[in-house]
Amino acid sequence: MLSRVADSLYWMSRYLERAENTVRQLDVTMSLLLDASETTADTRWKRLLTSLGDPPGVEWNGNMEEMARNLVFDSTNPASVTTCLNAARENARQVREEISTEQWQRLNRLYHQMHSPQAQAQFQANMNDFLANIVDGIHLFKGVSDTTMIHGQGWQFIRLGRYLERAYASATLLEVYQESLLDLPEREHSGYQYLELVGLLRCCTSFEAYCQVYTADLTPDRILEFLLLNRDFPHALRYSTDGVRQSIDAIQLSSGRRPPEELLATAGRLHSMLRYTTINEILDGNPGAFLHSIREQCKQIHELIYRYYVQYSIQSALAV
Amino acid sequence: MSTDEPVKLEIEAASETRGTGGELAATDKVRQPIEVETLFRDYLLDGAFDEMCTPDGGIRPHYQALVEALASLPHEELLRRKQSADLSFLTQGITFTVYGRDEGTERIFPYDLLPRLITASEWDLIERGLTQRIAALNHFLRDIYGDAKILRDRVVPRDMVYSCKHYRRQMCGLEVPRNVYIAVVGSDLLRLRSGEFVVLEDNLRVPSGVSYMLTNRRVMKRTFPQLFHSQGVRPIEHYPQLLLNTLRSLAPEGRPEPNIVLLTPGVYNSAYFEHTYLARQMGIDLVEGRDLVTHDNIVYMRTTDGLKRVDVIYRRVDDDFSDPLIFRSDSTLGCAGLFNAYRAGNVTVTNAFGTGLADDKAMYAYVPRIIKYYLDEEPILNNVETYLLTEEKSRQHVLANLDKLVVKAVGESGGYGMLIGPHSSAKERAEFARAIEANPRNYIAQPTLDFSRAPCLFGSRMEPRHVDLRPYILFGDKVNIVPGGLTRVALEKGSLVVNSSQGGGSKDTWILEE
Repeated sequence: MLSRVADSLYWMSRYLERAENTVRQLDVTMSLLLDASETTADTRWKRLLTSLGDPPGVEWNGNMEEMARNLVFDSTNPASVTTCLNAARENARQVREEISTEQWQRLNRLYHQMHSPQAQAQFQANMNDFLANIVDGIHLFKGVSDTTMIHGQGWQFIRLGRYLERAYASATLLEVYQESLLDLPEREHSGYQYLELVGLLRCCTSFEAYCQVYTADLTPDRILEFLLLNRDFPHALRYSTDGVRQSIDAIQLSSGRRPPEELLATAGRLHSMLRYTTINEILDGNPGAFLHSIREQCKQIHELIYRYYVQYSIQSALAV
Repeated sequence: MSTDEPVKLEIEAASETRGTGGELAATDKVRQPIEVETLFRDYLLDGAFDEMCTPDGGIRPHYQALVEALASLPHEELLRRKQSADLSFLTQGITFTVYGRDEGTERIFPYDLLPRLITASEWDLIERGLTQRIAALNHFLRDIYGDAKILRDRVVPRDMVYSCKHYRRQMCGLEVPRNVYIAVVGSDLLRLRSGEFVVLEDNLRVPSGVSYMLTNRRVMKRTFPQLFHSQGVRPIEHYPQLLLNTLRSLAPEGRPEPNIVLLTPGVYNSAYFEHTYLARQMGIDLVEGRDLVTHDNIVYMRTTDGLKRVDVIYRRVDDDFSDPLIFRSDSTLGCAGLFNAYRAGNVTVTNAFGTGLADDKAMYAYVPRIIKYYLDEEPILNNVETYLLTEEKSRQHVLANLDKLVVKAVGESGGYGMLIGPHSSAKERAEFARAIEANPRNYIAQPTLDFSRAPCLFGSRMEPRHVDLRPYILFGDKVNIVPGGLTRVALEKGSLVVNSSQGGGSKDTWILEE
């Protein structure tokens, strides 16, 4: 597959995942703000912006409606839903011939939904519905991708993009939240605290899944264990990094080239880190540093993918 | 379009007095007289050939079924089908971008819902005529870039060739695979008052629009399934396969399983949709210049598996931008070293470079002579009468009659660099007169043609609009023309310009079985 095409598929997928992440976090923050709480709106919004990677040029200004609209519609905000969906579609457009017609049409509908003249009014009228529709659209796109595309290299690059973005975003989110999470005062569950914990789980669409594993008994260490180390839940870090590793393996197997040793090693190391560590070891050590190191490894994997598959030098390729 | 609803009484009175649609009203009166009359209220005939109506207002036999089908559809149903067709174009992303605002606005490519019908015998003539013409033009290119016999025999003047801005000296003495220079062609035809089809121009460089032909058909089949079925329309859907076979037949020798790619200027090109469409339909890679590298006169593309050799390039990038080492050095769209790989015979690039020589608008005037010279046959399809402004006598005549003629710059396309005399201002004419005096080789003039019109749907009424026809010709081991083409429509009332960049649209073209 053309390197440029792999690149576009990978980014298309990353941007869609990013859009979904923004929508989910915004939705959760807005709904947490409905309840009276010890955490102020200030703190929540600042935390939200940090966990979205502190988009440059976007500052909390005290006006919630404006901030929310900005996170959805402002195309100058690099983390906004519009920006991400535009970028995803632009990438898809550059590889229009590689994706299925169903994928393209699905993405196109999503794009026109965001850009319809009524979009802003619909958002004002009912933010939850509007955001839910966007997430639905993204889910449908993923479903259509899985059912209409050959599960070859192109699909693996889409999968790789999805899980790498998800792993990175989850690690960022947990890094931002872990301190306040673990500092929660040791006292009887108050309703506030409960909402707080549910909010974090919902940012990762994992409340229901958590309850199935641990029952509705919410404790910070179990939540961290679930979101970091669960093997079977798609939004858990371990699951995402497993996905990254599987896709890299599949891409390597389908290509006739020399295996990209460094990339395989880095992905394998990240996988092992989450596979063979227990939550107590993490909590006894420095959870913040642990999460930070996961983010760094994700970045490194990204760079290695580029070096091996996209931006390799011609001399090295001719030498093979 | 007026919105007032016709009163029934008026309509019945009208059906007595008006000729247009009269025949039909007679056969169909019992069922839906109102619909027929509403459809035709604004359908006025004057001098131009009408594709649907005879001069006395009757419906031509091959249009009968279409008119009946439309008449039997309620007003709302027509609008509903139009909307669903619009939506289908939009979600398929068959759009073009209108620039000038903050954000490029995407519009769907304008199209008309009514098909243009062509009978089997009309098509037979077109097919034979184009086959003959393309064969002759290919001979001509081969000759010019080879022995140039036609110049020695003084059939075409030497300076006409060497002053052409699309002539490529780099092509001289080069053998191209199967001697095919022009593998993919789209020629524009018009129909005159007499009903005769003539060739207005040949597009031998990178003709576009074939994807609109194919998607129009897909949408039409969904919009009017029964009508389509009952009409017996010849299929065109195999065009991508034919194109692929054509490209494969031109692969360099010794490459039994050639790697064929489509070279696009990229996502900002107005025909990008078409490039992706064709690549996908053929199952070949769509590459940009930045995906290609050359080494030792071999072209490779960068893939995730390393470099992969390229054998055939279906080129949708103009000559000028194809190779910065040979052509324009400021181009980033092409691939450095491509031309040398081509010269070395390691890669086929099609259409060949320098084919624009033969679709130069001044060279056009010589095509009938070119056909006669190489094939010793009379042209089956005639040219439009053309004045070469390098000839003193015609130039004086043209300058004196600028208000009646159409003047075109020879190297331009897309409806740019054109003066339509009857629709021009004195100032524009003065500008063109000056330009012609300064560089007569750069212009030609033709009479303003009252070319044929076909019915188009506006709201729930039919109105006639001027149309042309661009069939697509493929030339590999033999000439292949899919029975169809892109009918372009001047959607604005009275307009003669069909180019999509200037307010034109398109409609599906149905070649009938018999």
